[in-house]
Amino acid sequence: MNHFELFGLPPRFDLDPALLGERYRELQRAFHPDRFAGATPQERRLSVQRAAQVNLAYHTLRDPLERARYLLELHGIRSGEGGGQMDQEFLMQQMEMREALADVRNRPDPAAALAQIASEAKRMRNAVVQQLSRQFGEDSERSLAAASQSVNKLMFLNKILQEVDETEEELSS
Amino acid sequence: MTLLQISEPGRSPEPHQRRLAAGIDLGTTNSLVATVRSGGPVTLPDSAGHHLLPSVVHYRKGAPPLVGEEARRHLATDPQNTISSIKRMMGKGSADITGSGQRLPYRLVEGDSAVPRLHTAGGEFSAVEISAEILRALRRRAEQSLGGELYGVVITVPAYFDDAQRQATRDAARLAGLNVLRLLNEPTAAAVAYGLEQGAEGIYVVYDLGGGTFDVSLLRLSRGVFEVLATAGDTALGGDDMDLLVARWIMRQAGIGDDAGHHQLRRLLAAARGAKEGLTTAGSVSLEVELEGGGRWRGQLSRSRFEQLVEPLIKKTLAPCRRVLRDASVAADQVREVILVGGSTRAPLVQRLVGEFFGKEPLDGVDPDRVVAIGAAIQADILAGNKPDQEMLLLDVTPLSLGLETMGGLVEKVIPRNTPIPVSRAQEFTTYRDGQTAMAIHVLQGERELVSDCRSLGRFELRGIPPMVAGAARIRVTFQVDADGLLSVSAREETKGVEASIQVKPSYGLTDSEIEQMLKDSLAHASEDVAARTLREQQVEADRVLEALKTALDEDGESLLDSGERTAIEEAMEELRGAREGSDAREIKRAIKRLEQRSQAFAARRMDAGIKRALQGHALEEVAGPAGR
Repeated sequence: MNHFELFGLPPRFDLDPALLGERYRELQRAFHPDRFAGATPQERRLSVQRAAQVNLAYHTLRDPLERARYLLELHGIRSGEGGGQMDQEFLMQQMEMREALADVRNRPDPAAALAQIASEAKRMRNAVVQQLSRQFGEDSERSLAAASQSVNKLMFLNKILQEVDETEEELSS
Repeated sequence: MTLLQISEPGRSPEPHQRRLAAGIDLGTTNSLVATVRSGGPVTLPDSAGHHLLPSVVHYRKGAPPLVGEEARRHLATDPQNTISSIKRMMGKGSADITGSGQRLPYRLVEGDSAVPRLHTAGGEFSAVEISAEILRALRRRAEQSLGGELYGVVITVPAYFDDAQRQATRDAARLAGLNVLRLLNEPTAAAVAYGLEQGAEGIYVVYDLGGGTFDVSLLRLSRGVFEVLATAGDTALGGDDMDLLVARWIMRQAGIGDDAGHHQLRRLLAAARGAKEGLTTAGSVSLEVELEGGGRWRGQLSRSRFEQLVEPLIKKTLAPCRRVLRDASVAADQVREVILVGGSTRAPLVQRLVGEFFGKEPLDGVDPDRVVAIGAAIQADILAGNKPDQEMLLLDVTPLSLGLETMGGLVEKVIPRNTPIPVSRAQEFTTYRDGQTAMAIHVLQGERELVSDCRSLGRFELRGIPPMVAGAARIRVTFQVDADGLLSVSAREETKGVEASIQVKPSYGLTDSEIEQMLKDSLAHASEDVAARTLREQQVEADRVLEALKTALDEDGESLLDSGERTAIEEAMEELRGAREGSDAREIKRAIKRLEQRSQAFAARRMDAGIKRALQGHALEEVAGPAGR
């Protein structure tokens, strides 16, 4: 049973986060080990496994990057290992952002500079997620190959945002 | 959806014939026990009417230890034999304890064990055994008050407790003869106590500053589901540290040197604590301390001076607050309410700084001392099967990342912090040298990249890897964390299917044989019979298994088993009933095992049926469902 089937959802990139959350809570109500406190040890062990499976599925479906990678995997495409030609313009933007991030401490207002990088990265991330939505919607061989490229971009952007968080934590401590 | 009815018809707990269950808040400074009575959850007092049990144990020569208020009276006069704040030593090694910078009056004994012991007049004891004394006292209180043996308990732990600290807590409960239904995170317990009563919905922060630990959790409350989104904290930060700062201030004022004796230090800490408590309401307090060489020192401490002293400490709690918001991608203004827990949140400065940080006045009207025990009692009552219709569900997370050591002393994370539990994640590793046949697996917990900066949980070895060129073997290491937050690790070589002999040597925990020995010692001490205790445990387990299986058969036996399968299970049940009437604990254990083997397929089918049931009613919706995002 794949993650979409487990959640009773069609295998699409676009999904309703509220519905996903609702299904998650329903499934946990059915399988969480606390619902099996009086059951046999065997059933308790099985419930731990099932609840873990539900958690993994939820984790995968909730996050756009994980969801996209998982959908590609269902189509037999391994993604997120670099590969393929990256869009030159995107690579340039990435380099600029990285340089800006490294230089943030030398700026007169590091927090503001950091916030600017973060909002730029988030804007780009939203754009890539919308791209993914179109690419998966088209569902052709060509669009799926393009989706694989979008996944690479999303990974870059997530990495940047993670570094933004780390820098923010360092600045505030 | 009520998937499983736990109780057996006929023996089901009637409203007035409930299973006795309790919630225990095993605190650094004070502990509490609570239960759900017909009127609702209540904390249980001792015969003198005190609800809080000071977490203090006083050991004596040739007499059983004193626990609680009686023990606390000996703190200043007999510091070496009077153990307080033992929670801070749970799951810790000697180096952790002596390296904490705090001068402890105890004599630490290091033996062969990974766990240090304290030398007292009554013998040498580990933190687990000392905590077990506190749990025993609470157990006695509960059983006297409820008039019977406890079926099970829920014990709370700081959300930020690591695996070794959780395991130590479970071990202490086992020594105290308690059946632990669940370890529950303290902030989650507080949210339950508050949320169920108020029917709260939305995003809540629980800020829990106790005597020795600090936790902050961010939860989403939605129709009885308590979903922890992120948690952070510091297991070595609490009200005790405020006392220490005030005590140092007194030392400077009174000209007391760092070489002061333990008696003097205990008196200073007691005075500091009194001052701290007084300053919750007063603007200034007078202090008086007996000096070692005779004479007294008298002085005044104003609230503003006190706040200057402790402000850096309270500010330290704001970094974890920032982190939970970030980890959960929640902005401070999305937080509906801030719930304060723990006696230390009574300090006006804490309320002010936390209020400023989240941009809203923290809630009052919750008793910060009792709320955790109350939440634990509610959960215990449900887990004991007393509330079959209760839809409450607690979804918690791992507080710290879990990973293992790779080449160059680096940590590879397998499960990141704030992952919902239970969780199971696997990752593949490979060999470093040609012909390598064994692999050492070192399990770590923490956020840093270097092994030396993380906490070592344990090590084990995978042997019997078929010799191959370096990098060819595929070793799949699986981490599983259960609902208590406890980790188990297994490893398997995928090309040949060799399973690891998972002898985890806990870095800071007790081994099974050490626990057995402690159990024997403690029973001998209580002049209880070891064999009788073991038999009783197995009988209780047999009853549980039989009862659960009977319910399962009543529900699904008809639809999921053919008559041959059903007979096989019923035969094994009959066999177990027979063994249970005898007096051979090992025979009961064997009969339980056999029954489990026979009912394995049935259990799996019931789970699959559960998935179908959970998804029923959605099929139509899917076809016509909205295509929105």
